[in-house]
Amino acid sequence: MTDLLSRPRGRPAEDRLNRRGSLEPREPGRPRRSLVLALVLACATLMTVDHVNDGAAVDPLRRVVGEVYGPAERAVDAVVGPVAAVPQWLRSRHDLTGEIQQLETENDQLRSRLATVDYDRNRLREYDDLTATAETIGYALVPARVVAMGPAQSFNRTVTIDAGSKAGVVPDQTVVSGDGLVGRVLRVTSSTATVLLVTDADSTVGGRVGRSMKVGFLHGRGDLGDGARLDLELVDQSYVPSQGETVVTWGSQDGAPYVAGVPIGTVESVYSSLRETTQRAVIDPAVDFSALDVVGVVVPSGTRSDRGVIEVDGSLR
Amino acid sequence: MSPLVTLPRALALFVAVSVALVLQASLFSHLAVRGVVPDLVLLVVVAAGLSYGSELGLVAGFGAGLLLDLAPPADHVVGRWALALMAVGYVAGRLGAPGRPRLTQWWPVAAACAFVGTSVFALSGLLLRDPYVGVGELLRVELVSMVWDVGLALVVVPLTTALFARVEPDRVLA
Repeated sequence: MTDLLSRPRGRPAEDRLNRRGSLEPREPGRPRRSLVLALVLACATLMTVDHVNDGAAVDPLRRVVGEVYGPAERAVDAVVGPVAAVPQWLRSRHDLTGEIQQLETENDQLRSRLATVDYDRNRLREYDDLTATAETIGYALVPARVVAMGPAQSFNRTVTIDAGSKAGVVPDQTVVSGDGLVGRVLRVTSSTATVLLVTDADSTVGGRVGRSMKVGFLHGRGDLGDGARLDLELVDQSYVPSQGETVVTWGSQDGAPYVAGVPIGTVESVYSSLRETTQRAVIDPAVDFSALDVVGVVVPSGTRSDRGVIEVDGSLR
Repeated sequence: MSPLVTLPRALALFVAVSVALVLQASLFSHLAVRGVVPDLVLLVVVAAGLSYGSELGLVAGFGAGLLLDLAPPADHVVGRWALALMAVGYVAGRLGAPGRPRLTQWWPVAAACAFVGTSVFALSGLLLRDPYVGVGELLRVELVSMVWDVGLALVVVPLTTALFARVEPDRVLA
């Protein structure tokens, strides 16, 4: 017995042999029950306190601890952040190539979107202009878009528009754009129409010089673009139109093929030929024929159409 | 018998827990595997339990858990980590072999403690529905954190034990 008692304490295996009365020390490896109970109860209390009222009671505590550990975490992160970013620098050529391809694709998509933004804006403006034209010239218009342009090799200046008989378009109707006279409808299909531009060499339009009401005939030269010009032969050979005068359509019977009062262009210069005893005025057309898009076909008011018709008052029917 | 909590011990524990807490929140968040970071604080408590026995392990676990519950990124119900780490400290103290344990002795203990700690935390979350997650997700997260903890125990526990031994060479159970 004394042998057992005299063994050095502090070693759990021997303490267990020793236990026989209340005076014996508790095992050092086992915590006091009261302590365990107190701490578990503390945990439970904390959980309860935090669980009710959405943790309002614990928030000040969180705040205090956060004030201490928040800056520490920030400081460590400031050191660690750049180091943690290192793996992003170490990348294979394959990855980079893939990323470049991806970015290029995205770039192209964005660029095309940007390009069409301008296009859409222009078309919107053209529709606006067309609406204004309908009001200005006082005719109802069927809006249409130029979908094809005759090749220069054919020496015919014609375009195809996407409105045909179903839209209420018939041959020998006047075609205008927001700027002025475009041409006349040559023939139609159910969904398209062919338009002879006034710049075509075969095209003759009766014109009237706006200020003096002198009439004449305009002939196309067969060219497009900025250099496209029309020649005006006045019936009255003695009259000399002045530069910058506006030429509008003269108008035909029943408005076919040309309605009256549509602007064609302005007088650019006047040539007189003594030998031929005629005067020739060069007209700068109001319409840019190389950039035709939205045009309007002049139709009688109340025409049945497969699309909205711009009425005289500018409304869409 | 010497008092359980002495100033050097408390200081050493506080420093170790604080460093572990900050590293866990700031450093290992960059190394997170599927969002799961290793429980460094848990491993520090394991080291405390192994070094000082179950009673101080219990207290250290409570304190460290409370800090973990309150420190900034945390938003769960306060007391969950405190309860879990109490269990960790207790288990580490009970299972820890006396003397200067060999790797084969303390490593399984650390693994068991990691399991106990993460389990208690997860179960308390399930009971309190805080936050409410499915059991499948819970098991997945637990598995990843177990792997983290068991792996990092090889570094954290010896380092922390060495710190405790350096602070009080004569009082550590040896």
